[in-house]
Amino acid sequence: MKKIFSRPRSMTDKPMHFCPGCTHGVIQRLIAEVIDDLGIQEDTIAIGPVGCAVFCYDYWDVDFQQASHGRAPAVATGVKRVHPDKVVFSLQGDGDIAAIGTTEIIHAAARGEKITCLFVNNSIYGMTGGQMAPTTVVGQKSTTTPRGRDRDLAGYPVKMTEMLSVLDGVVYAARVSVHNPANVLKAKKAIKKAFEVQLRGEGFSLVEILSTCPTNWGLSPLDAVRWLEKNMVPYFKLGEYKVPEEKKHEEIAVAEVAG
Amino acid sequence: MAIGRIVIDEERCKGCALCTAACPKGLIRISGRLNGSGYHPAEIVDGEKCRGCALCAVMCPDVAIEVEKEAS
Amino acid sequence: MGKVLMKGNEAVAEAAVLSGCKYFFGYPITPQNEIPEYMSKRLPEVGGTFLQAESEISAINMVFGAAGSGARVMTSSSGPGISLKQEGISYLAGAELPCVIVNMVRGGPGLGNIGPAQSDYFQATKGGGHGDYRVIVYGPASVQELVDLTMDAFELADTYRNPVMILGDGILGQMMEPVEFSFPENSSPAPKPWSTSGARGRKRNLVTSLYIVPEELEKHCLKLKAKYDDVAAREKKHESYFADDADIILAAYGTTARICKAVVDQAREEGIRAGLIRPVSLWPFPDAPYNTAADHAAAFLAVEMSNGQMVEDVRLAVNGKKPVHFFGRTGGIVPAKAEIIAEVKKILGGGRQ
Repeated sequence: MKKIFSRPRSMTDKPMHFCPGCTHGVIQRLIAEVIDDLGIQEDTIAIGPVGCAVFCYDYWDVDFQQASHGRAPAVATGVKRVHPDKVVFSLQGDGDIAAIGTTEIIHAAARGEKITCLFVNNSIYGMTGGQMAPTTVVGQKSTTTPRGRDRDLAGYPVKMTEMLSVLDGVVYAARVSVHNPANVLKAKKAIKKAFEVQLRGEGFSLVEILSTCPTNWGLSPLDAVRWLEKNMVPYFKLGEYKVPEEKKHEEIAVAEVAG
Repeated sequence: MAIGRIVIDEERCKGCALCTAACPKGLIRISGRLNGSGYHPAEIVDGEKCRGCALCAVMCPDVAIEVEKEAS
Repeated sequence: MGKVLMKGNEAVAEAAVLSGCKYFFGYPITPQNEIPEYMSKRLPEVGGTFLQAESEISAINMVFGAAGSGARVMTSSSGPGISLKQEGISYLAGAELPCVIVNMVRGGPGLGNIGPAQSDYFQATKGGGHGDYRVIVYGPASVQELVDLTMDAFELADTYRNPVMILGDGILGQMMEPVEFSFPENSSPAPKPWSTSGARGRKRNLVTSLYIVPEELEKHCLKLKAKYDDVAAREKKHESYFADDADIILAAYGTTARICKAVVDQAREEGIRAGLIRPVSLWPFPDAPYNTAADHAAAFLAVEMSNGQMVEDVRLAVNGKKPVHFFGRTGGIVPAKAEIIAEVKKILGGGRQ
């Protein structure tokens, strides 16, 4: 028999620290698979966040910089400007990218930085113990919304991918999920497309990945994937919000006007 | 004769059971054994029926499953 | 290159470029805007990149990324902007990344004003951000010294893998003086094998300030302390001006030191044996010359554009041997020669301690 599925080369051997059934591990692996598929392990510089993914440097065998909370896109900008020929990406959680780091992500995207930002949205603060995230859905309980997120008190979840996709510097923006195998495979395709946009030097690319947090949601891993499908997917709609073709048409239109 | 074969690294497995739901044939279950970390690892039953679709491995958050398949 | 007449802010920028600085990330704030403006024009000429960031926080984190990638990189700001950069400076120090940060200090606290001040001394020399770390701080007193110390700063930053700060003030940044750039052009810094550039043919590099295991963080902090001790042993700088026989020693840095030199000159004309010890490195603080001078001087007078910050380091250096007095103006006001002389006379006449 032929081995058809094994640990990606660009992953280290270290067991991951994530709680049982946390789909963050799936995302870590997908990124490594894409790095392998594109043959860019030796040309990749990853930027890590603060949050549950803070130890991701332990799991990828690539050059790595650890950023402060929310600042990964700024750090990635500094790296990419020094090494424009390398592949630079950040992995960030919802607190990192959609709360404390909104300034950095919006302006990196607006500048069209030729980097890739991978955003894990699990609608809660995992590392700090289950507090409300900017992406906590209305009604969802957390340790700081014990009666469920109240829209009058705490407003609405932030839809990052929709927001960022309207910026001209953004070439690719997609939201995917990893709650079942079919969606995991789609997620990998989106991550690969995002990296390819960067490899072609086209501009900024973003993939938001819906993920579970069984521990802080207070659910079993199997119930958690069901909860994600039922409560997150309807609000955070999956799909490609911006693709490179659109960018091309836009440039042609501008050129015609200018000409 | 099995078309596929999976190898579960029991020490990496955290017993989350996502693979049990991913297997289209329901061939994986959580065992009664404990691994070194105190988790009940997943195990395959009726391995002869495995088609090597790898969906269990696709869903595994701990990269604990390797899959082999008969070359078609 | 012969002497050219240049504004302090522009001279700092040119000195950085000649030192091999290829990257600048900053956010506008008065009174240092000539630095980013000059860099936006100059860096593309040498194949570098100027980027106007969306905030000082972003700017310092871009500096982090570029420094971690092995480049010579600089940012500049003033008071409120430097406060915003403190988080990043702590991370830079923790990850041992070399960079140069310029603070053309303005009046604080809060929004304060845009007048010259020296009230960021504590922030610059005592930490500013969180954790047990040090930043090497220079306090230049002329446009020429801005140039020379900026060039030294890049060397020191690389040597010790540490952030270095140039602590100027609104006057130094805006004043024009003739300067000479003596540093050889096309300076090429030594390779940085620890930086991230893609792990081609080598083990991967990790740039981080995270040490989750307490024993490892303690080991890291002890390593940092050994480095800071080394810096303190080797990099103290000061200028002594008629201090050897002085009865009263003035202590001042930067713009205030220029005024104090004039004070010493006039005092000497009037028969008062005054002298000046000017710290050039503010951290590490040159304590030995003050302690030695305390053997013959009767008193010290620290003069600052603050309510008294550096004076604490002078007191630590003098270590109780002689009284250390203080005179300062704040709010963007520069102390006048006459009022400092009056203070000197009051002290020597047996005035307050």
